[in-house]
Amino acid sequence: MIAILKRDLALSLRAGGGLLTGVLFFLAVIVVVPFSIGPDLNLLARLGPAVLWIGALLASLLELERLFQADREDGSLDQMMLMATPLPVLVFAKAVAHWLITGLPLVLAAPLFGLFLNMSSTAILATSATLLVGTPAITFIGAVGAAITVTLPRGGLLIAILALPLTIPVLVFGVSAAYGAVEDPAPFLPPFLILTTISLFFSVIGPFAAAFALKMRSG
Amino acid sequence: MKLVCDHIAVDRGGEAILRDVSFSVSSGEALIVSGANGAGKSTLLRALAGLLPLAEGRTSNHIRLEERPAGLGYLPLAELTHYLGHENAMKPALTVEENLNFWRDELGGDGAELDEALDLVELDGVQNLPYGHLSTGQRRRVSICRLLMSERPLWLLDEPTSGLDKASENRFAEIMQDQLEAGGIIVAATHLPLGLNSPQTLEIKPLALDSGAFD
Repeated sequence: MIAILKRDLALSLRAGGGLLTGVLFFLAVIVVVPFSIGPDLNLLARLGPAVLWIGALLASLLELERLFQADREDGSLDQMMLMATPLPVLVFAKAVAHWLITGLPLVLAAPLFGLFLNMSSTAILATSATLLVGTPAITFIGAVGAAITVTLPRGGLLIAILALPLTIPVLVFGVSAAYGAVEDPAPFLPPFLILTTISLFFSVIGPFAAAFALKMRSG
Repeated sequence: MKLVCDHIAVDRGGEAILRDVSFSVSSGEALIVSGANGAGKSTLLRALAGLLPLAEGRTSNHIRLEERPAGLGYLPLAELTHYLGHENAMKPALTVEENLNFWRDELGGDGAELDEALDLVELDGVQNLPYGHLSTGQRRRVSICRLLMSERPLWLLDEPTSGLDKASENRFAEIMQDQLEAGGIIVAATHLPLGLNSPQTLEIKPLALDSGAFD
């Protein structure tokens, strides 16, 4: 399992390029929002956590297509079926590697992008913390979509459509926890803990569902 | 040891590709699967490797390894199988050594060492080159090293010699002969003679002539 994690990390670091695509897309979303909202700085600050979450969600979904596709194209996926390591464990390792490569950079970029949205430092900190515990859930949900669409030539959009409804709870609790940190009566901790629970829940369910989908594929 | 394939049926894309295919191959024997393009040779091999679900029944009921030697215990067939498909399952960005060591670790060790395996396919000195720099035939030979580095009794080979030159073909025939002498089983789909001594043969006739079938 560690070997697969290391291999996927080495591959993406050596291939370069793709590493920053998600962050650049995230940046693009964040940059167009102030233009569409207009010059009201208070409104921008109020919307900040929600905008960061939507940007990170879309950027995460954008990258999911490559999760299994490269391994299917070069025949590695076939060999993985013949390993002693159970397939769900393998999917888990690949998803963790994928999150480290695509999800973590989004979390690290979020504080900087928060400044573009005139967010207070508390709001930035809270939103980054919710992204850190929430984005793994998006990867694990998306892994199922990526496994289902692995044999389709342009499955990327389909993954987004399959995964988006399931990511709504992540978005709801992520944004409400971030607002909880800045708006007084609203609590921070309960939604934050629920968000953590969602991530842990999908880190178990996701690999099993994705492994099942990979086994059932016929190509 | 005996690989028994018992009346298997496989569909692809809702279309019947294989119906009622049965054979058995014993330790030390090879089976050559022949048939026209699209007859279902690759489909049969993928089904044997457990990569395609059967149309009826469970794979483990229809494809069995009988009379197992004591050392193999109850390991599932997938863990006793090497599958050499059309694709080589190597990453162009990693070196030959990294690629092969990864598969050796994941598929189980106790086969040949890296240098030994590369020597057997006459590719010494490439271990530090990125796999992407190799030619088609060299890539195939690196892929053959994977079979040598992890010891598994059943080899499923899909057009194993595609891209190989004459000398490498002969070399590979010797490698296969060694595998058979060590008590292994080989099932190969091919159009070309592989240079094996008296293999069994199985000809697959295409079922669906009316519309596009898969190879």
